[in-house]
Amino acid sequence: MMRRFDEQLAILNDMLLEMGAMVEKTITVATQALQTQDVGLAKKVIELEDDVDQKEKDIEALCLKLLLQQQPVAKDLRLISAALKMITDMERMADQAADISEIVVMMNRVPYIKKLEHIPQMAKATIKMVTESIDAFVRKDLELAKAVIEYDDVVDDLFDLVKHELIELICTDSSNGEQAIDLLMIAKYFERIGDHACNVAEWVMYSITGKQVK
Amino acid sequence: MAKTNKFSLKNVDLWYNNFQALKNINMNIPSNEITAFIGPSGCGKSTLIKSMNRMNDLVEGCKITGSIMLDDESIHGHIDVNALRKRVGMVFQKPNPFPMSIFDNIAYGPRTHGIKSKFKLNDIVEKSLRDAAIWDELKDRLKKSALSLSGGQQQRLCIARALSVQPDVLLMDEPTSALDPISTAKIEELVINLKKDYTIVIVTHNMQQAVRISDNTGFFLLGEMIEYGDTQQIFSAPSDKRTEDYITGRFG
Repeated sequence: MMRRFDEQLAILNDMLLEMGAMVEKTITVATQALQTQDVGLAKKVIELEDDVDQKEKDIEALCLKLLLQQQPVAKDLRLISAALKMITDMERMADQAADISEIVVMMNRVPYIKKLEHIPQMAKATIKMVTESIDAFVRKDLELAKAVIEYDDVVDDLFDLVKHELIELICTDSSNGEQAIDLLMIAKYFERIGDHACNVAEWVMYSITGKQVK
Repeated sequence: MAKTNKFSLKNVDLWYNNFQALKNINMNIPSNEITAFIGPSGCGKSTLIKSMNRMNDLVEGCKITGSIMLDDESIHGHIDVNALRKRVGMVFQKPNPFPMSIFDNIAYGPRTHGIKSKFKLNDIVEKSLRDAAIWDELKDRLKKSALSLSGGQQQRLCIARALSVQPDVLLMDEPTSALDPISTAKIEELVINLKKDYTIVIVTHNMQQAVRISDNTGFFLLGEMIEYGDTQQIFSAPSDKRTEDYITGRFG
């Protein structure tokens, strides 16, 4: 028979998975809104972000209840403390997806100064990192968590590329400035999403090994 | 500062007749730290703690091999067993005050070690009760029977009694298992304060107590020491699955 505590941990696990899927969806929809300049879709992201916030609060409440009731130790302690840290990063990712969407709404379908190329690549890379950091958690896969952390370099390199392209566009025509800055902010949000995925992966590693990743 | 070891145990085996209660125990107990022994009932932790001041000598059919060194001297060598127990005091699960006054309970040990001066005994009684954080509660009723005290007070009195002969080590066998949470908290606070002057070894079934107060934890199972190390490490990331299963309550 499954102990009550194990049942509660299984619920926590499921809730983290649900939150992970919600965050992925938020970033994916934000990316679609960005690429298609679909203001309606962008507004939907802001609604999705509210759901992620609620999920974070629910998970937080469960973790605090488990800490109080079960006084967990060893892997249970690591799981619950990692969960508490992971959800903060996951919530921030959804926030940033909403920030991206707000810019899309603000741009109000003004044609892009350049066909988006590297920003969608950044989006794809960060979604991969988010998916894999959650997968690493579910499968307790240390190697996959490490791979997520290493993959952050890909996102960082793309960000540098976008930055240089935008600088060039401004140099060519200063009237590109306003949109270039908006796009730079969008790229920066994706870059931050990658950082948060790294943090999640680090907490996954802690929950597996008991060693905090510096 | 490098750690010094108060106790050093090597290849300790212990039998009660044909039953082997301890199997090849090797461990060092650092000075001025709190070391907790945990494990299920019958795992040998109480047997081990009792071996450290030779309380098991009194058990018929008990045989012990290997070495137990106290400050680099074998406790089974030339050392007088009374002198050993003066240096290594013990507090038990159930408070066991003598049926005499509070004062006489504390003065009992020093008197048996030859101290007769009333002046000196007064000093010892006050200091011991202060060290056991119970002086303020008892200073006006030293002539009252120790049996009139509450369970928590009796246990602190027993700690004061153990301290009265100025030991180096305090062995505590589940000292709070019969006490309410407030008395337990007082004893835990006391134990933490005592470690600056004493080396403390405590057997406990209360995992959270081990986490709260101890520096080192040893986990025992069926007479074997399965894992021994830094308490925070043991309770956050134990290296042996049996330790993990026991402390997380998934045992058996």
